[in-house]
Amino acid sequence: MYDAGKIIVGLVIFLLLITAPVWYNAASGQASYAPHLEIVTDAKACVAPTDYMRTSHMELLNTWRDEVVRHGEREYTAFDGTVYEKSLSNTCMGCHSNKAEFCDRCHDYMAVGRPYCWDCHVEPKGGSQ
Amino acid sequence: MAEETPKPEELARVDLKPPKSDWMDPTVEFRKGTWNYTAVPDTQKYLDLPAAPKWAPTDDDWPLPENWQEIILTGMKERLDKYRSFRIFMDICVRCGACADKCHFFIGSGDPKNMPVLRAELLRSVYRHDFTTAGKILGKLAGGRKLTVGVLKEWFYYFFQCTECRRCSVFCPYGIDTAEITMFARELLSLIGLGIEWICTPLSNCFRTGNHLGIQPHGFKDSIEFAVDELEEITGIRVDAPINKKGAEILFVAPSADYFASPHYYTLLGYLALFHEIGLDYTWSTYASEGGNFGLFHSHEMIKRLNAKIYAEAKRLGVKWILGGECGHMWRVMHQYMDTMNGPADFLEVPKSPITGTVFENAASTKMTHICEFTADLLKNEKIKLDPSRNDHWISTFHDSCNPSRALGLLEEPRYCIKRACNNFYEMPENTIREQTFCCGSGAGLGTDENMEMRLRGGLPRANAVKYVHEKHDVNVLLCICAIDKATLPPLLEYWVPGVEVAGVHEMVGNALIMEGATKRTTDLRGQPLKGMEDTEDV
Amino acid sequence: MKALFSLVAVVILILLAWFGSGSSGGAYLFGVILPYAAITLFVLGVVYRVLKWARSPVPFRIPTSCGQQKSLPWIKNSNLDNPHSLVGVVARMALEVLCFRSLFRNTKAEVKDGPRLVYGSDKFLWLGALAFHWSFLIILLRHYRFFTEPVPGFIMGIESLDGLMQIGVPPLLITNIAVTGALLYLWARRFTNPQVRIISLIADHFPLVLLLGVVTSGVCMRYFFKVDLPAVKQLAMGLISLNPVVPAGIGSIFFIHLFLVSVLLAYFPASKLMHMAGIFLSPTRNLANSNRRVRHINPWNYPVKVHTYEEYEDEFRDVMKAAGLPVEKE
Repeated sequence: MYDAGKIIVGLVIFLLLITAPVWYNAASGQASYAPHLEIVTDAKACVAPTDYMRTSHMELLNTWRDEVVRHGEREYTAFDGTVYEKSLSNTCMGCHSNKAEFCDRCHDYMAVGRPYCWDCHVEPKGGSQ
Repeated sequence: MAEETPKPEELARVDLKPPKSDWMDPTVEFRKGTWNYTAVPDTQKYLDLPAAPKWAPTDDDWPLPENWQEIILTGMKERLDKYRSFRIFMDICVRCGACADKCHFFIGSGDPKNMPVLRAELLRSVYRHDFTTAGKILGKLAGGRKLTVGVLKEWFYYFFQCTECRRCSVFCPYGIDTAEITMFARELLSLIGLGIEWICTPLSNCFRTGNHLGIQPHGFKDSIEFAVDELEEITGIRVDAPINKKGAEILFVAPSADYFASPHYYTLLGYLALFHEIGLDYTWSTYASEGGNFGLFHSHEMIKRLNAKIYAEAKRLGVKWILGGECGHMWRVMHQYMDTMNGPADFLEVPKSPITGTVFENAASTKMTHICEFTADLLKNEKIKLDPSRNDHWISTFHDSCNPSRALGLLEEPRYCIKRACNNFYEMPENTIREQTFCCGSGAGLGTDENMEMRLRGGLPRANAVKYVHEKHDVNVLLCICAIDKATLPPLLEYWVPGVEVAGVHEMVGNALIMEGATKRTTDLRGQPLKGMEDTEDV
Repeated sequence: MKALFSLVAVVILILLAWFGSGSSGGAYLFGVILPYAAITLFVLGVVYRVLKWARSPVPFRIPTSCGQQKSLPWIKNSNLDNPHSLVGVVARMALEVLCFRSLFRNTKAEVKDGPRLVYGSDKFLWLGALAFHWSFLIILLRHYRFFTEPVPGFIMGIESLDGLMQIGVPPLLITNIAVTGALLYLWARRFTNPQVRIISLIADHFPLVLLLGVVTSGVCMRYFFKVDLPAVKQLAMGLISLNPVVPAGIGSIFFIHLFLVSVLLAYFPASKLMHMAGIFLSPTRNLANSNRRVRHINPWNYPVKVHTYEEYEDEFRDVMKAAGLPVEKE
């Protein structure tokens, strides 16, 4: 008894599972999609270097939140000496004004569930200020 | 028992913590009491098997053919291509160690190579060395070992220290079955003529005379007739025990020990009494006078060669179906191999109890039914009457034999029979019964006197569970449905738990069976007085 | 020794990826060429191994029965542990594959004075194995967020469930703790349990250390040495759409992680890790115990030399006649 049929079915299932993303993306047609982020600003620099912000903004925001809410420390001295107010609404969203076209694009792309910024902060209305 | 066997307290000083050393360098010490005598070359020659000239494992030089490595590796290749079990079991072990302390030989000896995983690794290391890419290139680094004489000696020692009981396979997350691996290893050893006497002699006997003990037809008849006489003495009834009777409805096949050894013999009396009482139209056979099949302990080919006689005899005698007696490994062969090897049994009918009309659908293809299934059905349908008080001098427990429990799952049928036939029945602890049952320690051809120390060690877990119920409930009889059990448990219990006898389930049924026209029973089938009849002399 | 060897091997792999990915062309080698080679080896290797198994038949039906057989209608059959039908086999296999049922039976035997043998329940191996395998599966599924666009809802669901504890940013994931703990336990028992210690080969230590490397590098990447995730996803999406690109600025920790995964994939088919596929083909588990009801066919069944009744009677005819036993030929 070889049970060849059952083994072939098993292998096909294995191959389908392994290659599932290939077929999924082919069907969605989004394989080459890359998020484009809308930034509305004249400012030349962020509160930290771009590389750092791309990888670690969540840490910075989390630290700000703790320092402001728990300790009342509201001033942030950036890497270039500029002093900023630790504020999502007033500082960050000055340049990154549109949640849908800035935050969400990457968060959707990376499937970062639901950052809890917006549990307290009111999402800005409209496409621009 | 051998003189030099150590005391129980000494033997039981077992350390289950292996040393930190490496096992890969082959070492084996053939210590007296832990190995079996080698095959008598004539017995192998009679079966057209390769035969090494007379030798002993303790010899420095083993009489091996010049190209013995080539023979074994070719044999391995052939078996890897023929058995998926072999390939899978060689490939997928992750060495998690779940099997390690499940083996009765490891528990009783503490020898790490008796852990099922390491026993398998003895063979697997050679497989890796010669049959896997990594092993061919990396050798020892990939866990490979060259097939040397040292490795071969290890194989001989440790694969004849496995009783193919399959307990490890219950616990293995992939179901790796050391019984399979042992069977292949023994097949490979037999290819270069290495075998043990207690397997090869019964094989040649069985091939020639139809039974392992080499009893010839007239001797068989004498034995059965002696039993008929004895039963008459006990019950006052002379039963009919037809032999080689053509046209009988049922062919009855039992292990040969049942009509030649004690305490098997009392089980035979039980069968005879039962068949008489229900008026069964059956026959014994001198040609198929062995249900057991030591081929299982030698090679797949020998299983088939010995088993062929069962269907052949059923066909010659023109019976409708086959009934099988109490035997463990016999039932693994009948259940898992016979139909595939020597079927289809299209000349037989699906077993149907002539007494109750029950059709044994579970045997629809193989056409062979276990006597416990048959008797349980009789009891359930109230076709026989039992007086369990006749077993009141027994306080019983039940030893699930390895093969009926782990190859069939015949668990409740014998228990039903026992509970109807005995008033006193206590189970052993749950880790030691049913699918987790412990081997007698002497199965698979290892039940020899020269191997006594290893048998006592291997039987320790079983005996210890018996001791538990012996001390707790005064159990004085260990019931079982296996001929090897009946032969090897008595010395085991005498050593570890004196005061507990061994008996078959149908001995208890026979004791309790109320037979029409019988004289009043004063003794059981052993001739021991029944409870309350101790004063009655010689009735 | 074997453990040390494995540890050194994995450290060398890490160093290779660390320095290699920084060199010119290194990012392409470690980000594209090696992953492609690894997945190819993995898929072809697994298929090859399974087909090799499949070429050997199952000549006999040899299930290990771990419960009551189906015989008489009034005796309850244990269809999960001793299945008589396909449904039972599927259920038994499902329990085995998903819940490690056989491992759940695990006991620990001890020989005490007396002698007295005791068997204690020992579920740690089962728990550790289960924790590792399930965590690893969930982690694998979580990674599908790098390979799909848009990311399917259930993948996001898995991740948010995994981060249910809501500790820290980015949230601590239960599976990360479980998989690390389980791997450490599984490795530790290869030192602390004397029985397991002696049976352990390099082939047992190496996969554990390699997996620990994969897990540790992944955890480090998530919490300590963060990388540009959208860039990583660009690379991943490029790989699976056969249009590979290596975006600049991905930290070397990512290449270490990816390289260790590549090694794991390439090593898989040549190793004991094939138990993933092998368990489905294990004849003591995947067959119904219907042996006497349905005939099992052995494709290579061949005639053997038997001792026929005629030969038997020829040898014993005289004694049979003398004993009054019927014979075929007078």
